[in-house]
Amino acid sequence: MSANFDSHSIGIVTPQVARFDDPLMLACGRELPNYELTYETYGELNHDNSNAVLICHALSGHHHAAGYHSEEDRKPGWWNECIGPGKPIDTNQFFVVSANNIGGCHGSTGPASINPATGKAWGPDFPSLRARDWVNSQARLADRLGIDCWAAVIGGSLGGMQAMRWSLEYPDRLKHCIVIAAAMKLSAQNLAFNELARQAIVSDPAFEDGNYIYKGAVPGQGLALARMVGHITYLSDEAMANKFGRELRSGSFEMGDEDNIEFQVQSYLRHQGSQFSGNFDANTYILMTRALDYFDLAREYQHDPVKAFSNANCSFFVASFSTDWRFAPARSREIVNALIAADRPVTYTEIEADEGHDAFLMPIPRYLEAFSAYMKRVGES
Amino acid sequence: MRLDLTHIQRWIAPGSRVLDLGCADGEFLQTLRDQRQVRGTGIEIDQADINSAIGRGLNIIEQDMDKGLANFPDQSFDTVVLAHALQAVHYPDRVLEEMLRIGRQGIVTFPNFGHWRCRLFLGARGRMPVSSFMPHTWYNTPNIHFCTVHDFEALCSERGIRILARDVVGNTEREPMLANAWPNLFATTAIYHITR
Repeated sequence: MSANFDSHSIGIVTPQVARFDDPLMLACGRELPNYELTYETYGELNHDNSNAVLICHALSGHHHAAGYHSEEDRKPGWWNECIGPGKPIDTNQFFVVSANNIGGCHGSTGPASINPATGKAWGPDFPSLRARDWVNSQARLADRLGIDCWAAVIGGSLGGMQAMRWSLEYPDRLKHCIVIAAAMKLSAQNLAFNELARQAIVSDPAFEDGNYIYKGAVPGQGLALARMVGHITYLSDEAMANKFGRELRSGSFEMGDEDNIEFQVQSYLRHQGSQFSGNFDANTYILMTRALDYFDLAREYQHDPVKAFSNANCSFFVASFSTDWRFAPARSREIVNALIAADRPVTYTEIEADEGHDAFLMPIPRYLEAFSAYMKRVGES
Repeated sequence: MRLDLTHIQRWIAPGSRVLDLGCADGEFLQTLRDQRQVRGTGIEIDQADINSAIGRGLNIIEQDMDKGLANFPDQSFDTVVLAHALQAVHYPDRVLEEMLRIGRQGIVTFPNFGHWRCRLFLGARGRMPVSSFMPHTWYNTPNIHFCTVHDFEALCSERGIRILARDVVGNTEREPMLANAWPNLFATTAIYHITR
């Protein structure tokens, strides 16, 4: 381990690939003839395979949840604050599995992968996916790893929705379901922001109905704009005020000065946008936001979440953040109230935090403490 | 554990379902779980207490009962406990009604403001009582609805709430006898087992 990594980092991690040659029947009625899952594992599987936890990633996430890929890596995995030795998801205790969802663009089979039927990239013809397809694809990974029952399935945001789907689709394959900053379905406002992001992409002339992939083009402008919209919804007004305020990156308001004025927040959003457009596939972004839009936990349970959760066998930990307006605390309370009415064991906490939706990724002391306390229970059960 | 909590355990059937309103750090629910195999849920608003209760492996809901308890279905618990919290809620009468909607029976404990020391303090000094038992000053206290044994019993009778049993905690070891005989004067903590 490099001296640069702190003692609570798991250090260097290496992604692995699991290939599945049996076709996967999808919710949309189509079939994925074969697929690969790129995943990482942290910690050791114990003798009776009972200490495995599955991490479900959010909209633009991937398998690299913790640690570093190389000594030179500047940034650790996306949930490094919560996964590692002595952290809430303690790798001294748990065997952590984190996979890139199918449809993704970080190694698992997705729109940029080759369609065996045509020998060309799937592109816009990649089947549309639902959260349950991810769950089904991951259940096969669990089989492959010898994990009959997860100690916990854990996710934030879209990952939390996926974790809930796990609890309904495979009720006997998880003991705990950890749902952070999530919702049972998107609100009209959420749908509107996702549509705005998709419109940004499809109206980029380089997008060409998703066929950019065959021309070596990238709808970078559209992707960047989509990401900027997303970022605004991930932060709270307070977080933006604290982080950027009205500080200028360049220029000034001096009389007689015609220099271009750029606010820090402008520069931040542009930076996030351009970084994202360089390493995310536009077809994947469209597919993932649609999966998020279509998610409705209780749809096939007569739209009754109590009926839905009556099928779950696990205990639940639900957490929300006070300034999260993308998936507000009220959305988490709906989950909790349905669980109470369904007589399922549930623990709920609402964390005071300025950071908005992104708070679930941040080292907020009370959040980490509550999360650690619950994970201790997961470890003991 | 606080004496009132020791007293009320005998009213809670082994293996039953208990909702503890204002469960603090969950010590009581943990005892019920470990000694009486009770399936418990707690609600609490204090963040440090919530984290302690999670650490005990309990099911805790962060919820402010002043904003209602409508999310708990009718008759979904055997017993609903409100220990030393009646005096701290905005609408004690509504909470009592909700307790008996949610549970078959309720258990309420509260500091008795009719205790002779309170009366003496108020009568002799003309000031709101401050003691080791009620340590808060009037302007800085979570306790906004003090009542006496007689006040509570009058409310129960007004609302058609049946008192199954009453118990008391006295001030000293000598006092329980006096407290049982004249609870409104000698009970420091009043304990009620109620139902519809």
